[in-house]
Amino acid sequence: MTTTEPMTQAALQGAERPRRFGALYIAEHQVRAMRAYGWTIVISSVGNPLVYLLGIGLGLAAFIDQPVANGADGPVDYVLFVAPALLASAAVGVATEEFTYVVMAGFKWRRIFWGMNASPVSPEQICTGLILSVAARILFTTVVYYVLMLAFGAVGNPWAGAAMPLVGLLAGLAFGLPLLAYSATLTEDGGQFAVVQRFIFTPLFLFSGTFYPLDSVPVGLQWIGWISPLWHASELGRDLSYGTSGGWPWWSHLLVLLAMAGVGGVLARRTFVRRLRG
Amino acid sequence: MSSPVIVAQGLTKTFGTLNAVDGIDFEVPAGESFGLLGPNGAGKSTTMRMVGAVSSRSAGTLRVLGLDPDTHGPEIRSQLGVVPQDDNLDTELRVRDNLIVYGRYFGIPRRTCATRADELLAFAQLEDKARSKVDDLSGGMKRRLTIARALINEPRILMLDEPTTGLDPQARHVLWDRLFRLKERGTTLVLTTHYMDEAEQLCDRLVVVDHGRIMAEGSPSALIRQYSTREVVELRFGSDHNAGAAQRLEGAAQRVEVLPDRVLLYTDDGERLLEHVAEIGLHPTTSLVRRSSLEDVFLRMTGRSLIE
Repeated sequence: MTTTEPMTQAALQGAERPRRFGALYIAEHQVRAMRAYGWTIVISSVGNPLVYLLGIGLGLAAFIDQPVANGADGPVDYVLFVAPALLASAAVGVATEEFTYVVMAGFKWRRIFWGMNASPVSPEQICTGLILSVAARILFTTVVYYVLMLAFGAVGNPWAGAAMPLVGLLAGLAFGLPLLAYSATLTEDGGQFAVVQRFIFTPLFLFSGTFYPLDSVPVGLQWIGWISPLWHASELGRDLSYGTSGGWPWWSHLLVLLAMAGVGGVLARRTFVRRLRG
Repeated sequence: MSSPVIVAQGLTKTFGTLNAVDGIDFEVPAGESFGLLGPNGAGKSTTMRMVGAVSSRSAGTLRVLGLDPDTHGPEIRSQLGVVPQDDNLDTELRVRDNLIVYGRYFGIPRRTCATRADELLAFAQLEDKARSKVDDLSGGMKRRLTIARALINEPRILMLDEPTTGLDPQARHVLWDRLFRLKERGTTLVLTTHYMDEAEQLCDRLVVVDHGRIMAEGSPSALIRQYSTREVVELRFGSDHNAGAAQRLEGAAQRVEVLPDRVLLYTDDGERLLEHVAEIGLHPTTSLVRRSSLEDVFLRMTGRSLIE
């Protein structure tokens, strides 16, 4: 039996912390990098809800006499109906931004994932760390959104509604993690991200019962809502805000969102391993 | 005596049907400066990736710091400093922050990272660039920053893949000087290069690699002694006349090589041979006598030039 040499001993010790906290170190780096566009994040996090809540929640709502939805206590104002969906779509918007170009930058343009890869941190941790940092940014966005919703009186029950930023986060991940798994496979930007933006995100935004209830859409198009994290998150948010009558039970929306995020997360981690350990 | 820091036996990497690395054996003792010399596509970078524990081997055995990269990747990587062929600095962070975030990956406390970052910026002669954006640095500065970053964990082995490719001569010399200082401090260096002057400057010992195989191994001077003559005469007769002139020079030198643009004559006495060339009535447009280099070793072993 040979004794372990000092160099081997040092190596065994050297990996203890990275094995445990690697994902956090990656998240720390990504959050630091976000500071480079920190003002953009803050301004869009505040500006986006202001514009939408003023324009649609108050402006458009003034022309809508007929109630579009019922809460637990009867018909609700349009602004109450639309606000949870706007919050969720803001979260999905951030996820779309972070899980496309940032991923391409990491693998190809700035190549920083390869630098991380040479350190003790594993590809799975790189993926998880990236997700954590984006989750932090989404949560910042949804919390700001919720505070502004309160200011606009766009929440029925402020206490139950306080869970809405988390629902938004879940919506962002349910849409974003499958997108991350896809982005991580791309070696060239051939305009795929613009396609995602225009032909996936925008239709989901328009047909997910965001501005009017999904059951008022022709039956042939309602499936878009069923597969849309945006619809599930909007319904969950509405349930929290003013309660709902009928429709899918709240836990079914939660399950769908968790399943999408879970499957996306597993696939993304696998893709990172395959790509970085070729 | 301590064991070698790297031991490779029959190390192989296969991509589909291609053997990128084809059963190579080598050992690197602690403190040595070891080089892999070969043309592009010889399998140098693939070997580096396997040693760097980011690519699994297809066959053979590999031990780095006494550990198997397949099972102890993070442990091995915790002791390596890696300078990749293409810079992968974070251009969204400032120069000093690049070092700090990188140190964090190794679990080094923030305060220690900050202290080391300042020391390394001094070492890399980048103190006054600490707050600069990465994109504002020159190519040579970026390379030095990448080397500084690779040193943030005080690595036992520093691995450099083509460290000076793409740099101008002055920037290369500054970089060599820094690497030479690390060597003097006892850091183990493993580097790949296709520049023979770089290999001669920096390597105590090297292997010449071609098509994934090791063609020769030894110190630069030993390789030159073994595979080449003391001097080389380079003659240019114009591209249409080189081959004809070479034919007339058969037997005049120990070995004659005809390249598209010149004829190389291997001999121990260049001046003498040059006189002979004039005596037999050949008139090259240019002539040059120089010492043999690793380039000649490579040409001898593969029939090809290193830089094509």
